[in-house]
Order: sequence, then structure tokens, then C-alpha cells
Amino acid sequence: MVAIDVNDVSKRYGDCQALSHISLQVEQGEIFGLIGPDGAGKSTLFRILTSLLLPDSGSASIEGFDVVKDYMEIRKRIGYMPGRFSLYQDLSVEENLDFFATIFGTTIQANYDSIKEIYSQIEPFKERKAGKLSGGMKQKLALCCVLVHKPSVLFLDEPTTGVDAVSRKEFWSMLYRIRSGGVTIFVSTPYMDEAARCDRIALIQQGRIIDNGTPQQIVEKYPYTLLGIAGHPIYPLLKFVRGCSGVLSCFAFGAEHHAAIDTALTNADDLKKKIEAAGFMDCVVREIKPGIEDCFMQLAKGGNNGK
Amino acid sequence: MENENVIEVRNLTKKFGHFTAVDHISFEVHKGEIFGFLGANGAGKTTAMKILCGLSRPTSGEGKVNGYDINREQEKIKRNIGYMSQRFSLYPDLKVWENIRLFGGIYGLSSSTIRAKSEAMLRYLQMENLRNELVGRLPLGWKQKLAFSIALIHEPSIVFLDEPTGGVDPETRRMFWEMIYATAEQGTTIFVTTHYMDEAEYCDRVSIMVDGVIADLDSPAALKQRYHATDMDSVFRQLAVKAQRKE
Amino acid sequence: MKEFGSFVKKEFRHIFRDKRTMLIVLIMPIVQIVLFGFAISTEINNARVDIVGDVQDPSVRRIMERIEHNDYLQVMKVYRSVEDIHARFKKGQADVAVCFERNFDERLHKQGMASVRVIGDGSDPNSAQMIVNYVVGVLNDEQNDISLKYVGENETAGMTPTIQYMYNPGVLSSYNFVPGVMGLILMLICSMMTAISIVKEKEFGTMELLLVSPVKPLWIIVSKAIPYLFLSSVNLLTILLLSRFVMDVPIRGSILLLCFVSLIFILASLSLGLLISVISSTQRTALLISGMGLTMPTMIFSGIIFPCESMPVLLQYFSDIIPAKWYIIMVKKIMIEGVGLGYIYNELLILSLMSFVLLAVSIRLFRKRL
Repeated sequence: MVAIDVNDVSKRYGDCQALSHISLQVEQGEIFGLIGPDGAGKSTLFRILTSLLLPDSGSASIEGFDVVKDYMEIRKRIGYMPGRFSLYQDLSVEENLDFFATIFGTTIQANYDSIKEIYSQIEPFKERKAGKLSGGMKQKLALCCVLVHKPSVLFLDEPTTGVDAVSRKEFWSMLYRIRSGGVTIFVSTPYMDEAARCDRIALIQQGRIIDNGTPQQIVEKYPYTLLGIAGHPIYPLLKFVRGCSGVLSCFAFGAEHHAAIDTALTNADDLKKKIEAAGFMDCVVREIKPGIEDCFMQLAKGGNNGK
Repeated sequence: MENENVIEVRNLTKKFGHFTAVDHISFEVHKGEIFGFLGANGAGKTTAMKILCGLSRPTSGEGKVNGYDINREQEKIKRNIGYMSQRFSLYPDLKVWENIRLFGGIYGLSSSTIRAKSEAMLRYLQMENLRNELVGRLPLGWKQKLAFSIALIHEPSIVFLDEPTGGVDPETRRMFWEMIYATAEQGTTIFVTTHYMDEAEYCDRVSIMVDGVIADLDSPAALKQRYHATDMDSVFRQLAVKAQRKE
Repeated sequence: MKEFGSFVKKEFRHIFRDKRTMLIVLIMPIVQIVLFGFAISTEINNARVDIVGDVQDPSVRRIMERIEHNDYLQVMKVYRSVEDIHARFKKGQADVAVCFERNFDERLHKQGMASVRVIGDGSDPNSAQMIVNYVVGVLNDEQNDISLKYVGENETAGMTPTIQYMYNPGVLSSYNFVPGVMGLILMLICSMMTAISIVKEKEFGTMELLLVSPVKPLWIIVSKAIPYLFLSSVNLLTILLLSRFVMDVPIRGSILLLCFVSLIFILASLSLGLLISVISSTQRTALLISGMGLTMPTMIFSGIIFPCESMPVLLQYFSDIIPAKWYIIMVKKIMIEGVGLGYIYNELLILSLMSFVLLAVSIRLFRKRL
């Protein structure tokens, strides 16, 4: 069953085309990731789907309810966590949760089971003001607040932005637990490494979906052979590799550089020899599988300095 | 040259009431290196960075930034460092050239120097035709690159970057790091915080703060070896997971 | 209903936890009352003078002509009974009355002693004092002329003007600014605070969360308004107590009527606040709009500092669209003149109409989407 159906949605702010012809389907009970940098239009799409904004053209529905006509029905069924934490900083943990439970017509007690796992971790601090919580705890509280009325579709707009790596991992394991209860989760993130954690993803850049599918499908579509190149010193190596013939693009990826090559002109051994001949140390060149980030950069082709 | 330290701190401590945000940290940063300053949320990174930038006084501890004492010569520190953060960098309602002139003026550069520098800067950033654009209308990645260049306008010997690449698209993020490399090559010291663990790999040395203390500090390669990890993400998690402090 | 209750509870928590703002809100009325107690000056044009006495009397005639020739004064009506002054003042048809005793001319020239009474409308003490001073100035001129005529003779002729103020015998100017401060404070609390509290939620993004909840937007608005309604009532009480027991301003009219009128005015101010919150996207904008756009005109045009009568006609028309003006007029009438509903009928109607229109417009504009 399709939980979220987006059909040719466009939205414009003045002379800025925030979204152009977005279409996608999200199945019930899956985690669907919207991956893209800041300003790509992620939040605009979220606001349209949560009935806070009207699209200029196109249509969208959540569990069969139209986002324009049936907005009251939708508001009963969804949980929405806007970008940046939207909690009352001057209210305590418990007061925040209690408030959100009440405005959705329920109580903490009635739905305690659905939030127990997450809430139990912050319950010891329930007297504390939300503004005094750490990033990870705020996030847990925000999640409790959107889950307390048992929504069937969850919209999380950049829930992990500005959160450290440990809290991010923890957050994703919470999402899996929520999914196991049959909840559809639509989540956005600027972190490419989180893409692999979603069931399906859409890559968005400048208001356009540049690709969508399972992370596996997207990675398989990558058209070039990719090499991981390590060596020292790092920055001169990057510049050197870009200058080699047959290298289509080369970018730093952590400890390694990722170079897309034209196999007709070069290969791993050939490149390794050239690099060693140029005097770089600890040189390793190996063929690797591309990640979502490689695919995104290849698809976006936004910049001009890839080579 | 090898052992010249741009930052040296001993037993740096900052308390807010009963809460010790930074707890007796000591480290040094060498000239021309890219120093990654990592830590979980609330580990005390921001507090420590504020002290180093001369924005806040330590409760106790000694230290020098660029040869100036962090307790007594805060004004001199501020004049001799560059600073850029994700939250505040440039004025969105001023044009590109107005921002450049403003920050040049703040650091006391002459108008002819500012003019020459802004020409060179715009050429380097390939933004020559955008000089009259309002900064608020630039894409985030461009804004951050411009902010970085402006942070370097007075040729500081050290520049502090607070999460400079948050939310920036993957390609621009890499181009940003290439700018960092190029800057470091010219002898400028880079002190950077980030949440992207792949960026930690680009640093010469990395310190990881947990609960107000520096849990470890070394080159990425040495850290990975020590924690039997294949990447910095794993190193970071092994260290940060020990955090007791939930605040 | 439970949703609504929890909304209101949350709103009160926001207010009570922001100690600094709380303090300002509670202390502001006190400071303002004390501040306005000093330093208020006014200027008058075309004050309306009633003459009470015998127009056939030559001396009365002469003085009347002098008054008529004075640039600042203007004779409105001549009648014979002192009893009529009260009604004239109440209807706002005259600012001052000059009463001549019977056989004024005869007493002045034959007995060398005549008395004249100048009665000012003390409910607007600042203006009243100035007007009375003008009138006394005219009388003194006349006295000088008479004295010149008698130079070298043994006989003298003199008149002794006695000054009296109706409604406010001590001409305490606090009588004047208390209603003004009431208008100002209620306006500030209701519109500025409401606007800021709504815009704050927009800024922090919590408004998005509230809007996606099944709660009706109307309830969100009402729940925002109620705590400020409460706060302004506390302020109203503070001002009334302060003026009654510290400034010795009497409350002559019905307190119930005063509260009812205040309620209507609060409604208008809340709607204005809501309007401001709709058009501003940051707290700073909201603050500026309510500060410059509401407080300043209220201070200038509502007659707190300058009497409306001395303003250019165009500005006087402009002052008519300020709700506070009507409210302040009513408060003056109820508190100081002690009149009932019948005398404030028009003003009440205007203010109610304004409140209704403002409320309707602001609710209509408050978007159920972003």
C-alpha cells in the first residue's frame, strides 16, 4: 500500500524554484530517505506533505487523503518533527510531552507503551527544562512528542543535523524500532552516510529528484570504475591524481581519495605506478564499490572542479 | 619550524557554577597543521574554542594563542586570529563586496589593501560576477567559501572553523576542504570542528573531547591503529560512548 | 476542551518562567504613573468660553468683547444661571465659564469692588489651568485699563477674580494622566505581548507543530489571548489602586462600567496584537511595529500629552482611528466626572465597532497554514 503519494509537485518562492515536478511514492511501513544538501528543497516538500504549505501545482496524498482538501484528516494521522528542534525550551520534559499529548487528544498514560522505550531513557530528567537538555536527549524528547499520539506516518525533517555521530547511530536504531510497529517514516538528511540506512531513498538537488530507489539500486547504476587511492601527503596526491590521464574525477573521501577512471585509458596498477614514481609514500590503489555520496556527486554534477 | 607551537594550553578549566564544562585540558597545536577538534554534543568543545578565540576567560589554567596570553591578552588574540562559524559568518543583507570591505575594515586594513585583496579573493573563488549579489542570496556552499576567505583577509596565523561544512552539498564540502589544504600549505594553522567523520581523516592531528576532557589526541592513522578501527567514525564512537555526562 | 485547557496552562508557564518580562509587566504601570505625574505640558487653541451674567451690563459687555478679541479664546454662549455650567461641561460644549455677579458694572464703579468667578473644567486639568490663566490675563488687562482711568482721583475700582475648578477642585493633573496610562498599559500588554508570544512560536518553529495538530487555529489564538487578558486585569487593578490611594484620584463612576469598557478595549488591543503577529516574522519586527506603530500614536494622539483639540484638523481626524483615544475619553468621564452609560454611549459604540472589525480581520488573516 502506498502511504505517501507525490505527484508532479512544484513550488516557487518569488524567483526561486524551490521544487520542480517532484513525484515519488512511499510504501507503508518503510523508511524513506530524502537526501540532499541544505537549500535543495527538502523542507519545502515536508511542509507541503504536512499540509502547512500549498503546492503551486501537482498533488499529494497521505494514506489516501489529499494534502489540500483533507488537511484536517492528515493532521490527525501524522507526526511531524520540523527541522531544528521545536520544543518549548522553558517547559520541562514532562510538560512538553504532556502538552503535545493533550493537543492531539490523548494522554501520556494512554499511549505510554508506544513511547516507553524512548521515553524511559529521558524519564529520569523529566523535571528538567527542555532548553537544558543535550542534543541527543532533545532529539529523544522531540521523537516522544511526535509519537505520543500514535501517528501512522512520521515526517522527520533533518532530525540528525548538528547531532554527533554517536547520537546519530542511536537515533537510527530508534527509527528501526518505530518502523517495526508498522509506522511509515519519511526522513530527510544532508548526511550521505545515512542514506544506506533507509529502505529507499530519493536524492534531491536544487528542487529536483535526481534519482530514487533502494540504496543498492542507486549504487549499481554508477557508471564508472571507482578506485580508492591512499597515500601521503594527502593534498598533493589529490592534485596529482587529478592530473593523470584517464582520471575523470577525484575527490577526497576520508583517508582515501575516490577516483572515477576511464578503463580504456588507465587501471589501478597503472595509476599506482605513476603515483609511486611521483614519490608519494604508503601508496595503496584498489578498486572499490561506490557509495551513495559518490553517486550523488556524479548525478548532481553541480560543480566544475571534479577534474 | 617543526616544533613551533601556535596554541599551547595547560590545565585549561572552565566552570559554570557547579558544572565543569572544560576540565583541565592541555594540548598544543603546531604551526601550519590542520588540527581537528572533535567531541560529542555537550563535551565542552564550544566552550574551549571560545576561550582560545579570546571570547571567554578560563576559570583556571594557562595558555597562549599565537604567543598571546589567553588570560591577559584577549584583545591581541582576537586581532590575530581568523574565525568562522556555521551559525554566524557573514551579513546576509550586505553585498559580497560590502562584506569583504567591512571585515577588512574591522581588521584595520587600508582601503587599497582591501581593494587588492578582494579582487584576488573574488578571482580565486570565481565569484567576480557575483560581487554585487547579496550574500543572503548565495547558495550555502558559496557563502561558506566566501566566509572562509574573509576570515583569512587579515592573514592571521591561525584560523578557527566551527563546523564550517554542516549541510553543505558533498562536492562543495570537498572543495571547501581543498581550500583548507591550500591555506595550510601556506603555513596558516587550521583549528576545525566537524560532525563529518570523514573530514576528521583530513586533519593532521585530531583531538576527541569527552565529558570536558581530551580523551585522546593523535594523527588519524595512529588513532585508528590504537583502537583497531578502519575509520575515524569507529574511533569516535569507541571514545564517545564512554561519556557519562548526559549534558 | 481539555486541549484548550492545556494550551492556556502552557501559555501561563511561558509567562511565569520569564521572570524578567514578568517583572517589567508588573512594574511598568507603577513607573509610568509616577513618571507621568511630572513633566506634562499642554497648549491650547480656541478655548471655548461661556459667559454667565447680564449682557446688558456695560462692564460685562466690555470684558466679553475683550475675550472675543483674544486669539486663544472664543465666546460660545451667554446665559444667566450658574446651574447650567455643569451640563455644558459634561456635554463637552465649553472649557471654561466666566461668571459675573449681579449689577457688576454698578458695583465695580460705584462701590469700587466687584467679583467675578472663573470656573474651569477640572477633569482635564492641564488644559483647564492654561485656559483659566488666559481668561484671568484678559481680566487683568481690563483691570489695568480701569486703573489708568482713575489715575489722579481718589476713587478706585477693582474686581477680584476668584478661580474655581469643577470636578477637580485641586486641579490635580494626575486626574488627567491616569486614564491615559491605563490606555497605554493595556495597549502595550495586550498587543505587544500577544504579538511577541505568537511570533516567538513562529521563530522557534513550534508554530509548525501546533498547526499540524488537530487543534483548531481559533483555539490557538484564544489560548494565547487569555493569559494576557489576565495580566492586563492585574495591571488595571494595580493602576486603579495606585491612583485611588497614592495619587488621590477619585473613582466617581461605576466600577462595573469601567471594567466593562476596559474589557472592550482589551479586546481591541488583543486583536491588534494578533494582526501584528500575522504580518511580522521575527520578534524584533513585532516589537518595532507595536512600539512605533501603536504605542507612539497612542501617546501622541490619545490626549495623554497633548490635548487633541490643539492639533491640526487632519491629525485630529487621524486620532479618531486610535482605539485608545476613545477608551481614554470614556475612562475620564467615568472616573472623574462620574457619569453613567448614557454619557459615553457614542464612544462605547465606536470602540465596540473597532474591536469587532479588528477581531474579525485578524482571525480571518491568521493562517491555518504557514
